[in-house]
Order: sequence, then structure tokens, then C-alpha cells
Amino acid sequence: MLTNWYVQDVLVAALLLLLFGAGRALARREYWRAALRQVFRRRLVRGAFAVLCVYTVIALLDSVGWHPPLRDPDGTLRRQPETRRIMTDPDGLSVLDALLTPLREAREKTYSAPLAVRQFTRETRVDAEGRIVRDHPPLRYPRRHLLGTDRVGHDVLYLALKGIRTGMIIGAFTTLLVIPLALFFGVAAGYLGGWIDDVIQYVYTVLASIPAVLLIAAFMVIFGQGLPQLCVILGVTSWTGLCRVLRGETMKLREQEFVQAAEATGVSRARIMHRHIVPNVMHVVLITAVLSFSGRVLAEAVLTYIGIGVGIDTISWGVMINDALRELARSPVIWWKVAAALIFMVGLVLPANIFGDALRDALDPRLRME
Amino acid sequence: MLAYLIRRVAYAVPILFGVNLLIFLLFFFVQSPDDMAETFLGEKRVTEEMKENWKREHGYHLPRLLNTVEPFPAVFTQTIFWQKSVPLFAFRFGKSDMDGSRIGAELKRRIPYSLCLTVPIFCISLLLYLFFAMIVAFYRATYLDTWALVVCVILMSISSMFYILGGQYLVAIHLKLAPVSGFDRNLLYAVKFLVLPVLIGIVANIGSGVRYYRTIFLEEINKDYIRTARAKGLGEGTVLFKHALKNAMFPILTNVVVSIPFLIMGMLLLENFFGIPGLGSYTIDAIHKQDFAVVRAMVFLGSFLYVAGLILVDVSYTLVDPRVRLT
Repeated sequence: MLTNWYVQDVLVAALLLLLFGAGRALARREYWRAALRQVFRRRLVRGAFAVLCVYTVIALLDSVGWHPPLRDPDGTLRRQPETRRIMTDPDGLSVLDALLTPLREAREKTYSAPLAVRQFTRETRVDAEGRIVRDHPPLRYPRRHLLGTDRVGHDVLYLALKGIRTGMIIGAFTTLLVIPLALFFGVAAGYLGGWIDDVIQYVYTVLASIPAVLLIAAFMVIFGQGLPQLCVILGVTSWTGLCRVLRGETMKLREQEFVQAAEATGVSRARIMHRHIVPNVMHVVLITAVLSFSGRVLAEAVLTYIGIGVGIDTISWGVMINDALRELARSPVIWWKVAAALIFMVGLVLPANIFGDALRDALDPRLRME
Repeated sequence: MLAYLIRRVAYAVPILFGVNLLIFLLFFFVQSPDDMAETFLGEKRVTEEMKENWKREHGYHLPRLLNTVEPFPAVFTQTIFWQKSVPLFAFRFGKSDMDGSRIGAELKRRIPYSLCLTVPIFCISLLLYLFFAMIVAFYRATYLDTWALVVCVILMSISSMFYILGGQYLVAIHLKLAPVSGFDRNLLYAVKFLVLPVLIGIVANIGSGVRYYRTIFLEEINKDYIRTARAKGLGEGTVLFKHALKNAMFPILTNVVVSIPFLIMGMLLLENFFGIPGLGSYTIDAIHKQDFAVVRAMVFLGSFLYVAGLILVDVSYTLVDPRVRLT
């Protein structure tokens, strides 16, 4: 059975392979090495990169997992009545879950403020001396919840950490989809010209002329909410911009001497595109990839609020904000869940922006992206 | 000029046709009218007859592209494509799937409310961002410039949800300076409801706006005519605010004019959070209620406005730069 869980694992593996391959290919060229040296010269950028690495590691830990066997309360393995096969937890357990067991299993009854000793809401209960009192009962795990707990007693820090993986998948997997599409069609349109150019231009103009939110809305209304669908449609709406830029760059390169020399010596068109054009537009691809990453992470929260996001079954920052909206109207206000989601989001988006800017300055100071 | 306009409009037709076709494929092939009926009737205990009735009521009972049982003209006209997709070109949006209200009338009623929100945001933020960007460009390569850029990046990295929630909490709930949400049909009374969303709309994009215009100004400042102006002995202020600003209008226009038609689409989040009954909240309601007809109409309207914006950009070039001749 192909559940979300497995699809996403394959995606993460593909993403890792691609990152690894891209890194190795780039490290071989002196031009890229010099650019990266320049990027990492600034302390701020090194710090931003370190934060991104931490987020990546957490997302990876959360992506590797297993399905633990279910146990009855007395500790014996639960088996299927007919087949006698051991039953496993259908949701699975990731390495991150295992590491965070003290947070994951420390469930309270309902809301509690960050590092609180007592529950946030009042409750009627019988105290030690047998009297009926109405007060804030003590928590099962006092001072355990750094960011408090939510309505059903889940630890907010745990939820926010789980949201990292969703955010990273949305930011990174969409890139995985956008780059091949844009690179293939952009370079083909720019280099081959003629009717191929016309067709490709027509397709991306049509797609680009629909405002992204509305196209996403139409798509998600039909396919339903979910992480894979969201990644696909975000890819479909965002490849057009990069494709147009790459087409323009390719048309500039096509007129240059080294391409004409290659043509004159009889190199095939496919080989020219592959060996001469693509390496020379890679800087545009890289800059766009990093800079658009942060935009997608931010978009997830908004789209989830509108009702065209990852859906309530997935743990994401958008879902956390969405859940917590009603709590903001209460008095005293329950702020920690929204705050946690927003802070974790800034923690990913700000370093990504800083790193992207540095990359752009190093690779192409004249390239201006909107 | 007129010939150019006509040609540009003619170019726009295939684009809109493509959009229309895409919507049609998405809504009627990827998803069949049967699926739609099931969505609306609920999934349990739906008989074929109920589905058939629902489809007939909403005009989805026809064949999709070709009606082979009918004679010649009706073979094309008695189809979903002809009845549902082609009328979009004439801005006949049909009826809502949910409550049967006329979408066209609803749009007309709601557009002014959206404009109340978007026009002030658009005008004020344009002037404000340009003003800030010019100051930052004036002090380029100083500490002010560096720190302004840092602040811009930080502001850009914060979710727009934060601006809305934070603004609503701080100004409306905590300080009680403005109502939390609501609207008044009388525009004079609506002002007090609009102040806060307009303010938030301006602040939310200040980071990216200032940064974008700053790059435009800096690009202009490095050009030869600026050096000439300085060589003539003009002050830095005159050079920047008179010479550079005029020439920077060109790239600014591209960015600004294309978004003018979109003002009538309203703003999804702001309208929703502040209860402004414009097109933005109409769209969100349609998404929540799975009202396919309304989503379809909005997608077409959106792409029409985009294409209109592009034409508007080209026309505005001639007004700013007399060297550009549209032929």
C-alpha cells in the first residue's frame, strides 16, 4: 500500500541524491569553488548556513523511520486474530519521534503555558482532603513543556519540530520538480527557436497568466488537500518564471563565439545544449532555487489557512497557526502555539533568504530577480 | 496606436483561450460531473437518480465536448464546453453551484468593497516604498544602507499571517484603537473598519518593496548620465530625485501597472480576517464550500486581468517615454 509516508520517503531520498550529485558536480569546477569561498567568507552567511543545516538534519531524522509493533497494555505483542501476524503501528515512528520520546509521550489533558506547573484552564476536582475545589490542577509533567501544550495536550515544541520536515519538503521538493522542467523547456525554447519556442512560450504564458493562488485553488479543490498535491501544484505554478529567464539567457549565449565554434565544428545540438549552454545558466538556476525556497515555506501557511494547503492530517506550521487562531480571541490569550509556529518559520526563512542573497551577490551581482 | 492596441488584444485571445481550455480540462475531465455531484450531495446513500437530478439542475448533464445525438448546430452547442466555458469570454459566469446565485451580479456587488481596501493600500504603499527606497539609495554604502537592508530581509522573512494576527491583536484587541473586524455598506462609516487592514497591508510588504525599488535606483545611479549630472555640479539630491527618479520610472512602471487591474480582485487574507465582503473573501468562501463554478469564474477573471495588465504596461510606456513608439 502506498501511503503518504512512503511517497514522502522516496521523495526525500531523491532529494538527497540530487543535492549530493549537484554538490559533487559543482565542487569540481574552480568557478563555483571560488564563488562558494566568497559566499562563506561572511560570518553572517556561515551562521545562516549552519541554521539551515540544523533544520535539514532534523527534517532528515524525521524522514527515516520504521513501523514499531503494537503492544497490548500488559506488554505482549498484538497479533492479528486470524493470521497471527504481528500488527504494526500504521503511522510509523521516525528517528526524531524516538529521540523526542520524553516530549511526545508527556501528554497533558489540555492547555498549559510554557514551563507551567499547573494547567491553564480551571477544573472541578476532589483534592487530597476530599473537598471539591475548582482550580488549575497540577500538570502530569510540570516544567517539561518548554513551549506549553495545545488544546489536546500535545507538546507544542514537539509539533513545531515535526513541522520542519513538512516545511522543508514543500520548499525543497517543489524545487526538485521546477528545475528539470524549467531547465529543459527554457533551454530548448531559447536554443532551438522556431515552432518549439512558440509552443513552449505559449504554454508558459498561459500558465503564468493565471494568478498562482487561483490556479492552486482550482487544483487543490479538485485533488483535495495534501502534501504531495501541494508540492506538485506549487511546482506547476512556479516553473514558468524560471523558464522565461532561462530562455532569455540561452538566447544570449546562443550568439556567443564558443557556441558558434561548437556548431561550426559539427557538435550535435543536443550536446551543445548539454555541455555548453546548461553549465552556463546553472548560476541562474541555483540562485532562483534558493531564493524561491523561502517563498514556498511562507506560502504553505497562507494556503493552509485558505483551505488549499497540506490538510489537517499533516503536522505543519500552517496547520498549527490555523488550529490556534481561535485561541487568540480568548482572554487571557493563548499565544504559544501560534508564536512557536511563526518563530520556527522565521528560523527557516530568514537564513534561507540571507544565504540566497549571498549566493546571488557572489554568482551574479547584476542579475536582478523580483 | 489603435492598430497596435487591436493587435495586442488579438494576441491576448489565444492566451485566454488556453486558460479557458485548461480550466475546462481540469474541472470536467480530471474531475467528472459525477464526482462533482457526489461532492455536493455527500458521499453516503446517493442514488444515481439524485446525481442525475443534481447534474440536470446545474447544467452538467450534457456531454462534455460533442453532443452526438443532436443535429448540426446543437452537436456543439448542447455541450458542457459550449454552455459553461465559452460564455466566460463574454463575462457570463453563470450561477453558483452552491446556492444558485448569479456570479456576475455577485462580482459587481463585491468589487467596490475590494477596491476600498486595495486602492488605498496600492497608492500609499507605492509612494511610501519609493520614498524609503530613495532615502536608502541616497545613503548607499553607509551603515544606514546596510542596516536598512538587514531590516528589509527580516521583514520579508516574516509570514504575512504574523502581520495580520499581530496587528489585529495589538491595535484592535490590546489598544482598542480600531474594531477587530467588520464592514459598513456606507463607505463613510466603513473607514474605521478599513484603517487597520490598510495599515497591515502596507507594512506586510514593506521589506520586499523597499528592496526592489532600491535595486532599481542603484542600477540607475551607476549610469553615465548621472555622472554627467554630477560633473555639472548638481547636488546629490537633485541628481537622485530629479534625474534618476524620472528614468527609473520605466522599470517601476512595469512592476506597478501590471498589478493595477488586480486591485479589483481584492486581497484574500486581509478581507477574510477583517470581514470585508469583497472578491477576496468571496474566493475563500467558494474554496471552503467547494463551489466549483465560482472558482472557475475567478480563475478566468484573474487571467483576464493579468493579460489586460500587460497591455496596460505597454501603453503606459508611450506615456512615460516618448522614444517608445507603438507600431
